[in-house]
Amino acid sequence: MHGALSPAADALASEVPPAPQRHQSYLRVVFGRFLRQPIPVIAAVILLAIILAAVGADLVAPHDPFQTRVSRRLAAIGTSDRLLGGDELGRDVLTRLIYGGRISLTMAIVPVAIGLFIGGFLGILAGYAGGRVNMAIMRAMDVFYAFPSILLAVAIAGALGPGLVNGILALSLVFIPPIARMAESVTTQVRGYEYVVAARLSGASTVRILREHVLSNVAGPILVFSSSQVSVSIIAASGLSFLGLGVSPPLADWGLMLSALRQSIYVNPWVAALPGAMIFITSMSFNLVSDGVRKSMEVRR
Amino acid sequence: MLFYIARRLLYSIPIAIGVTLIVFSLVHIAPGDPVSAILPNEATAEMVEQARKDYGLDKPFVVQYAIWLGHAAIGDLGTSIGSGRPVFDEVAGAVGNTVILAISAGLVACIMGFVLGMVAGLWRDRLADHLVSLFTISGVSLPHYWLAILLVIIFSVNLSWLPPLGIGPDTSDGWRPDWAHLQHLILPTIATAAIPMAVIARTMRAAVVDVLDQDFVTTLRAKGLLPRRVLWHVVRNALPTTLAVMGLQLGNMLGGSVLVETVFAWPGTGFLLASAIFQRDLPLLQGTMLVLAMFFVILNLAVDLLQSWTDPRIRRA
Amino acid sequence: MSLQLSRPAPLRQIEDRGGPAQPLLIAKGLRKWFRLSGGLFGRAATVVRAVDDFDLEVKKGETVGIVGESGCGKSTAARLISGITPADEGEVVLDGESFFAPRSRISREQRRAVQMVFQDSASSLNPRMTITETIAFGPRAHGVSRAEARDYALDLLAGVGLPPSRFGERYPVALSGGQRQRVNIARAIAMRPRLLVLDEPVSALDKSVEAQVLNLLVRMREELGLSYVFISHDLNVVRYISDRVIVMYLGQIVEQADAGDLFATPRHPYTRALFASKPSLDPRHRVQVAPLVGDPPDPVNPPSGCRFRTRCPIAEPLCAAAKPPLDIIPGSGDGHRAACWAAIPGSGHSLSANAGVLQ
Repeated sequence: MHGALSPAADALASEVPPAPQRHQSYLRVVFGRFLRQPIPVIAAVILLAIILAAVGADLVAPHDPFQTRVSRRLAAIGTSDRLLGGDELGRDVLTRLIYGGRISLTMAIVPVAIGLFIGGFLGILAGYAGGRVNMAIMRAMDVFYAFPSILLAVAIAGALGPGLVNGILALSLVFIPPIARMAESVTTQVRGYEYVVAARLSGASTVRILREHVLSNVAGPILVFSSSQVSVSIIAASGLSFLGLGVSPPLADWGLMLSALRQSIYVNPWVAALPGAMIFITSMSFNLVSDGVRKSMEVRR
Repeated sequence: MLFYIARRLLYSIPIAIGVTLIVFSLVHIAPGDPVSAILPNEATAEMVEQARKDYGLDKPFVVQYAIWLGHAAIGDLGTSIGSGRPVFDEVAGAVGNTVILAISAGLVACIMGFVLGMVAGLWRDRLADHLVSLFTISGVSLPHYWLAILLVIIFSVNLSWLPPLGIGPDTSDGWRPDWAHLQHLILPTIATAAIPMAVIARTMRAAVVDVLDQDFVTTLRAKGLLPRRVLWHVVRNALPTTLAVMGLQLGNMLGGSVLVETVFAWPGTGFLLASAIFQRDLPLLQGTMLVLAMFFVILNLAVDLLQSWTDPRIRRA
Repeated sequence: MSLQLSRPAPLRQIEDRGGPAQPLLIAKGLRKWFRLSGGLFGRAATVVRAVDDFDLEVKKGETVGIVGESGCGKSTAARLISGITPADEGEVVLDGESFFAPRSRISREQRRAVQMVFQDSASSLNPRMTITETIAFGPRAHGVSRAEARDYALDLLAGVGLPPSRFGERYPVALSGGQRQRVNIARAIAMRPRLLVLDEPVSALDKSVEAQVLNLLVRMREELGLSYVFISHDLNVVRYISDRVIVMYLGQIVEQADAGDLFATPRHPYTRALFASKPSLDPRHRVQVAPLVGDPPDPVNPPSGCRFRTRCPIAEPLCAAAKPPLDIIPGSGDGHRAACWAAIPGSGHSLSANAGVLQ
């Protein structure tokens, strides 16, 4: 069927140690490596539990998050129908923590996703185009970098006013520059590789080159970096809510709960600590998981 | 070297301009008429007219920006809606307190972070390293405002060792270096320093490990250099990266101050910012943001120059 | 082993336009300077003069070798010729038609005509694509259907000595250096080029493998009617494969001649030093003194006049004052040129009167 072989060529072909004919899907390899690390796996399970609980709050939560009960005001942890205590209006803290996950996680993940798309797009564009385009885009990013991130988010959200959408908007602006920077750096590196030069030599259109050669090689690092930003985002998003710049009462949100319960720390201090613990655990889990993903993607020659 | 400084300074200018532009636009992204954003609700018609003229609110955006920038350059940052006092005075009063907190937290974070990181790097994979790693991993994911609340719960509510609020005893209006005021400083310092300390420790550890792995250290040891001298070389090489991170963290502390100062009612710029937001006092918001942002730009510049001074590799560029 | 494919190639052969007398490629006056650290508005930035005044002619079927030390600009010149790096000045003419000029675009068909083969490095092949996909990418970009391109790629693999049934689905990481180079070559010829620019194609390979790849290149040249520009720092390899050879130093051409001529009678002091530095296996010809002293000077601040004068054993004040042109050596027809005052009769150099006789 194909061209005939000479003995020399045949000898050449047997040079290398045999490799599997069917190359294992890259994703499967990475996933396998991830599963072999104990700590990230535990963190992933915890994270999954929190997310699933938030999504299925209606099924999982013991009570109604808006149901106030004066007799249960600031109830201690372990009370019969208030497992994790009651808040300042007597509502069940456990229930509100579960429901609160919805808003808190949304406010944390969506800005990073927006940052990934817009920042990733801008960064890849700047990295591949080079020259003036690169300078223009990256200088614009530098201006936003001049602010400490939380300050920027607080200022913008402060000017826009409270609300979930405003908060997400403000946070997105915080995450676009670092992701763009990261994307630009990786893309510039890949652009210099010879297989990209070869692709350009073949006369392929820029879009085709980006799609088939560049994207698959930059996506990994960019995604890993973005996922590491989620743990920062949760703290920032809850911080905004803490200052009153997120959703308004009576909605449940971890930052908002922390702020409200803070007034009552002399009466029941430990209930006040709980929403903050949720933020901490969630942030740490995201951190450990993204660390684990990064380690399992490290190329070993 | 001088070229590098000049170039770096020149580069900061467009950044600074961009920053002022963003701060200026804050008022314009606020919902509603910009005039109502900068005047109290009870403003009379003639006050409104006056403001329109003063700030050129009917003129194009760029002109307004120029007018505002001109005012700001001479120190006129407008009038606070909440207190009626000039914004500049409000900010001037608060800056000092934030600086005190920042310096105190900065020292703790840098020194402790440096030491912990070095210990972890030198005793790699032993108990000390694992303990420090535990600390750094949790430190990085810690919400500082939550830590602040926890500290208050433990040390003020439960143990009553330290005061939960304020910058000094009841009648105090500023900070003085005496025991009473020091007590008020301790908890805010810990809350502010915790995360930067963790980040600095992590960076320092990585830098030390990096340097230790390099061939030249093996060469030094093989030459028979005393461990103390080798240590000195290790530190010198690990320093530039760590310094950069320290500078960055200092900036983050300025930013994070908003939340920690709110928890402790520490009358600094962060607290001012939070009250401005709470009261929808946009002139105060703008003025405070401008001062803080400028601080940050200058800080970044100083860190860059410091880094190039300690890292000879960059100087040659 | 033959490169005749079992199925017809899906891409059209590029026609010969100019006829046998027309050189395939003419490059004139190519210059490329790289700006390093950006200057402060009016202030002069650091500039690396990578390539200056570069002329090249490649006849149809010819192989031109380019030799020189690291950093002499060979790789940059290669990329300027193939049009992938835009030159600051100069032009390239392909088979009589304009191929590259500073503000022009290269047509689709012309783009196919000049391809490059790189040194085997970790980044010469996309680690996320199978080698078949890598080879098929180019043809697909020119409108060939996925299935046809794949078949074509498999045929090419067989043609370069990698049986498709065993190698087709492999990723670059599962190949040895020599095998990867074969893939690089297959990728280049998939476009059915007329000129192949090879940048150190065998430098990273073991000697035995090097020979196999060189033989493949030689065979391909015959069967596909290709012309080559072959860059290497290895004099033996260049001698084996080239018809003409160009010697570069610090971004400029210092000597060019037919391969035999150049190796027999080098005229430029640098060329002579280069050849002399080859260790000899003959104990009667031991090299005692290093022929070249000093480090190559900085391409940012090249010496005035003749750039080689700081390391040249016969440099004179004349050499600092003016840059010697690349002139024809008398008696060599048009074949042999050297840029050295000592080789040009009547130049004023103390050795130039003896330009016909070599020491």
